[in-house]
Amino acid sequence: MTTAFDLLLAGLLLGGLYALVAMGLTLQFGVARILNLSHGEFLVGGAFLCYALVSLAGWHPLAALALTLPLGFVLQWAVYQLMLRPLARRAASPAALEVDSILVTFGLLFVVQGALLVSFGGGYHSYSFLSLPVSLFGSTVAANRLLACGVAALLCVVLYLVLERSRWGTALRALAGAPRFAPLVGIDVRHWSALAYGLGGAMAAGSGALISMFLPFSATMGIAFTLKALVVVIMGGIGNLMGCLVAGVLLGFTETLVSRFVDPGLTLASTFALFLLVLLTRPAGLFGRAAS
Amino acid sequence: MRLLSAAAAVLVLAAFPLTVTNEYWLGYAINVLQFATLATAWAMFSGPTRYLSLASAAFFGIGAYTAAVLAEHLPWPAVLAAALLIGLAIALLVGLATLRLAGVHFVIFTFGLAELIRQLVTWYEANVAKEIGRYIFAEITQRQIYWQLAALFALVLFTGWAIGRSRLGLALRVIGDDETVARHLGIDTTRSKVLLFMLSAGFMTLVGTVMAPRWTYIDAGIAFNPNVSFQVMIMALFGGAGSLFGPLVGVLPLTALFEFLSARFPNHFSMMLGLTFLAIVFLMPKGALHALQRIRLPTWPALVHGTRAGGANGSARERKA
Repeated sequence: MTTAFDLLLAGLLLGGLYALVAMGLTLQFGVARILNLSHGEFLVGGAFLCYALVSLAGWHPLAALALTLPLGFVLQWAVYQLMLRPLARRAASPAALEVDSILVTFGLLFVVQGALLVSFGGGYHSYSFLSLPVSLFGSTVAANRLLACGVAALLCVVLYLVLERSRWGTALRALAGAPRFAPLVGIDVRHWSALAYGLGGAMAAGSGALISMFLPFSATMGIAFTLKALVVVIMGGIGNLMGCLVAGVLLGFTETLVSRFVDPGLTLASTFALFLLVLLTRPAGLFGRAAS
Repeated sequence: MRLLSAAAAVLVLAAFPLTVTNEYWLGYAINVLQFATLATAWAMFSGPTRYLSLASAAFFGIGAYTAAVLAEHLPWPAVLAAALLIGLAIALLVGLATLRLAGVHFVIFTFGLAELIRQLVTWYEANVAKEIGRYIFAEITQRQIYWQLAALFALVLFTGWAIGRSRLGLALRVIGDDETVARHLGIDTTRSKVLLFMLSAGFMTLVGTVMAPRWTYIDAGIAFNPNVSFQVMIMALFGGAGSLFGPLVGVLPLTALFEFLSARFPNHFSMMLGLTFLAIVFLMPKGALHALQRIRLPTWPALVHGTRAGGANGSARERKA
C-alpha cells in the first residue's frame, strides 16, 4: 500500500541524511584538500558513542548528539594537525598530498574500524528511542526518523549559512576556490584547513549519532557510507554544498525507488550505477563546477 | 648471463617445495608468492600511471569466487580461463569508465568496487542460487598451489620486464610524467592505461583463483576482504612501485610482519594493520608519490607545465631537486 507520497517522503528523509554525511566530506575535500576515506568510520564511531551514552549511561539521545558534535570536531581537528599537516608540509605537489592523504586516511579507516570491532564486536546495535508512528499527510513515518531528518536539515542550514554569510565562511570559501592566493589576503591556510577538516568531522559524528536513533548499525558499515558520500560529493561538484544537497536527495530517491521496486539488496549497485552515469556524462559534477 | 641467473632463480623457486617437509613453511611460501604476485601486478599498473588502485581485493575475490562456483563443473584449466576472462571484462569496464578522468575518480571507484561486487554476489546467491556460501571441491594440493603461484609470479615479472622494453612501456612512462604531453605526442592515453589495468587485474584474478582451494568453504565476505587491497598496496609502496623488483622487497618483510601480527593479535589484526600502514606512510621520507615513481627515466625538462589530478608536474621538479 505504498503511495507515491510515501516514496517521496522516504526518499527525502534518506536523501537529507546522505546530504549531511556528504557535506562534511565535501568540506574536507574542497577546503583541506584531503580525500578522507575514513569518513564513514568516524560516522560509525559517532553512532557507537551515542549508543554507549544512551544505553549504558542512560543519556537522552539528543544530549548525546550534542556531545558528539564538538567531540567529532576536536578529534578530526587533532587528526588534521597531528597527522595530515606534516604530510601537507612535506608534499612537493598537490598530487603528492593527494596520494599521501588517501593512504593515511585509508590506514585510519582500518584503525578506527578495528578499534570499534574490538570494543563492540561485529554485530548490529541499536537502541529504542521515539519508535512510535507519526501520521503525516496520510503516510506513516517513525517519529525517530522524522526527528533525525529534522535535525539533519537544521544542521545543513546552519552550515550553509555559516559558509555563505559569515566571515569564517568567506575564508573557507576563499581557500576552497583559490588555495594559492588565499594566503595573500591574510588567510592562514593551516588554521582554516584544520577548521574545515574538524567541521567535517563534526558533521560525520553528528550524522552517525542521528543514524543511530533509527537504524541498526555495525562496526563494518563505514565503508558503504564513505562510498555513498563520495559519490554524492562528486555528483554535486567538489566543495559545492548546494550541489551536495541536490545530489544527496537524488541518491536518496534512487535508493528508495530501487529498494521498493527492484530489491533492497541492490541499493549499493544503484549508487554505483548513478556514479557511473555521472562519470560518463558529467565528470565535473551535475553543476559543472570543475574540481580545482 | 642475465638469462642464466633468471633461469637459475626459476629453478630454485620450482624446487623449493620438494625440499620442505614442514607444511607450515610451504604455507608461508605460498603466502609470500601470493602477495609478491599481487604487489608486482599492482605496481605494474599504479607505478607508471600513478593511479592508486584500491581494487586488488575486488579482482582477487572475483578469481576466488569464480573458482568456488565453477570448480566442481569444469576442469581446472577451464576454471582458470573463465576467471581470467571475467576479471579482464570487469577491468575493461572499470577502466573505460574511470581512466579517462582524474585520478581521484578512479580511487573512489576502485575503493567501492570490492564492496559493490560483494553485495551483488551476496544478492545473487541469496535470491537466485539460494545459497549463502560455497564449498570448494577441487583436487589440488598445497604443492600444486605453490607451483601455480610460482609460475604466475615468474610470468608477472616477465610481463613487467617486457612492458618496460615495449612501446607501451615508453608510452606509460610519458603518461605518468605528464599526461597532457603524452596526448600531444599522439599517445592514446586511455587505451594504454586501460590495457595495462586489464593486464594487472588479470594477474590478480588468477591469484585469487589459484588460492581458492586453500579454503574449503568460501562466502562473499571471505572472498572480497578489503584487507587484501590494503596489504597489497602498502607492500608495493614500501618496496617501491617504480621498479620491477621493488614490490618484492616490500613483500618479504611485511608478509613476515603480518604473519606475526595475525598470530599474535588475532582480534586486533586490522587495527595493527592500519597502524603499520600509517607508520610506513609517515616513514617514507619523500612521501608515497615518490615511492610510486622511483623509476629510471630520462629527466624531463622542467619546462613541462601540464597538470593532471591537480598537477603531476611537481614530479619532474622533485626529481631534479
